[in-house]
Amino acid sequence: MRGTAWKFGDNISTDLIAPGRYYHLRSNMPEFVKHVLEDADEKFAPAALAGDKTYIVVGSRNFGQGSSREVAARLIKAVNVPVVLAKSFARIFYRNCFNIGLPALILDTEPIQHGDELGIDMEKGEIRNLTRKETYQSGAIPPVMQTILKEGGIVEYVKKHGDLVFDNKISRA
Amino acid sequence: MPMTLAEKILSQKVGREVKPGEIVISPVDWTVVQDGTGPLTFDMIRALKGKDFAHNPSHAILTIDHTGPSPRADLSNFQVALRKFSETTGAIVEDVGQGISHLLLAERYVGPGDVVVGADSHTSTAGGIAAFATGMGSTDAAIAMSLGKMWFRVPETIRFELKGKLPDGVYSKDLVLHILDTIGEEGGLYRSMEYGGEALADLSMDARFTMTSMAQEAGAKLGLMPSDEATKQHLEHHGRGDRWIALDADPGASYEKTIEIQLDKLEPLMAVPHQPGNVKTAREVEKEGVAVHQVFIGTCTNGRLDDLRATARVLKGRQVHKKTRCLIIPGSQHVYREALREGLIEIFVDAGAVVGSPGCGPCPGIHMGVLGDGEVCVAAQNRNFKGRLGNPKAFVYLASPITAAATAVEGKIADPRRFL
Ligand code: SF4
Repeated sequence: MRGTAWKFGDNISTDLIAPGRYYHLRSNMPEFVKHVLEDADEKFAPAALAGDKTYIVVGSRNFGQGSSREVAARLIKAVNVPVVLAKSFARIFYRNCFNIGLPALILDTEPIQHGDELGIDMEKGEIRNLTRKETYQSGAIPPVMQTILKEGGIVEYVKKHGDLVFDNKISRA
Repeated sequence: MPMTLAEKILSQKVGREVKPGEIVISPVDWTVVQDGTGPLTFDMIRALKGKDFAHNPSHAILTIDHTGPSPRADLSNFQVALRKFSETTGAIVEDVGQGISHLLLAERYVGPGDVVVGADSHTSTAGGIAAFATGMGSTDAAIAMSLGKMWFRVPETIRFELKGKLPDGVYSKDLVLHILDTIGEEGGLYRSMEYGGEALADLSMDARFTMTSMAQEAGAKLGLMPSDEATKQHLEHHGRGDRWIALDADPGASYEKTIEIQLDKLEPLMAVPHQPGNVKTAREVEKEGVAVHQVFIGTCTNGRLDDLRATARVLKGRQVHKKTRCLIIPGSQHVYREALREGLIEIFVDAGAVVGSPGCGPCPGIHMGVLGDGEVCVAAQNRNFKGRLGNPKAFVYLASPITAAATAVEGKIADPRRFL
């Protein structure tokens, strides 16, 4: 997958991604997406919705902190962001991403600049910065998350397997 | 092997010894959603099951706390969705005004050793009653509600050893802000934050829930207190004495680290905009002379009886400053009733405060108490992110209820110890 980096700072909360004042729009996603990440950077949503470019959300530390609102991850996915990169993710947001089939990769995002063209090899966990001719390695995706992602999300996973059944490879510490 | 509380509870549930880092699939005793997260959970359950379904309806709790009473039709429709799901499945609705899910769970449902999954980040609050309770998204809640189980990564544990006694005017909110300051906003990431030590016996259940709710602000999966005499009395008080069991970590359990805290050394603290980890002493912040437009006391962190009692210590016989509005929202019907009985509500009304119906109130910034541009709020709640209380152009400071009350009287941020 490829895309243009859109950089965000530390501590992007789910309140900044999906503001409480648009709470009522949770049942109206086509409207809600117009406000995705609005309180972090109001230019992001219009650019992502223009559709002429694919953007990769590049956060820093503690991306997705705060409220459990899954709509935050869903809004980012809804504007065709194929992957989210950050130095670290808040726990619930991280789970939510994989549950809805949106990969989240952990790496030092410092060398990536706003607007850099990125190419991502999910298999290898490799991020190629085509603008800067650099390659970065992401932390390994935990096997359980890989399994969920492979099926396209947790609902699809359970539908296929009829239950939550993880084999030993996944479960080991 | 000696075990931490988190390891012990999960081991009991899955019937073997679990170790940090491994993935286990555990039965879930309670699944909880609220008016903002429930509708999506139901959509996912329908996607999975083709119909409304709850594995154990009497243990599926749907709370209408974030937006009740509803200010607009689309939000009313979320609430209707919760009531309809309850009608088709038998799941339990806690309707408008009953209170915040995290208070209701501790009062009416959860017991020590239970496993709880809630589609609300502060589900860790129930850890105050020694339950393995953690927040997840709507889809995870759908899995838990429809299958009666969930996968968990067994967390590493940080142990907090509490010593000494809190000075007068210093409360468990100050203690948890101190902890946040010490370990940082990611200091608890993926971990269980467990509490012990001689000082615990002095901390009321209300004080403990304040701390377990804010485990979330340190990124933690769990905030856990042992089940002891106070837990027993709490359960008896709520007519659920039969649910009590003693539960504590084993001596010699292995912790990622142990942090000792001397309670005597603490003083009133605040978190300044826009992060809960931006901690300063109230003494310092007071010097800045920040004028405050709104004070709010309530939420799953500070909406309990002890919080209202602390508020009343300051507001009794005093008046809220004429340029400040003071909103006080009991976290549940039960808290409301007890506060009425103790005469606290009368004290608040006499002081010129506004008392609202139980629920989240202004905290999520949806239906009441929304701040104006440039306004400042001191809130006895858990988050002060930009945009919290509904306006990214406003400023929220976090404090204990007594610090918030002192601020309401002064009209400026105030150290509460001058009011004792
Ligand atoms: S009181 Fe605030 S933090 Fe607690 S559940 Fe309600 S909105 Fe969330």
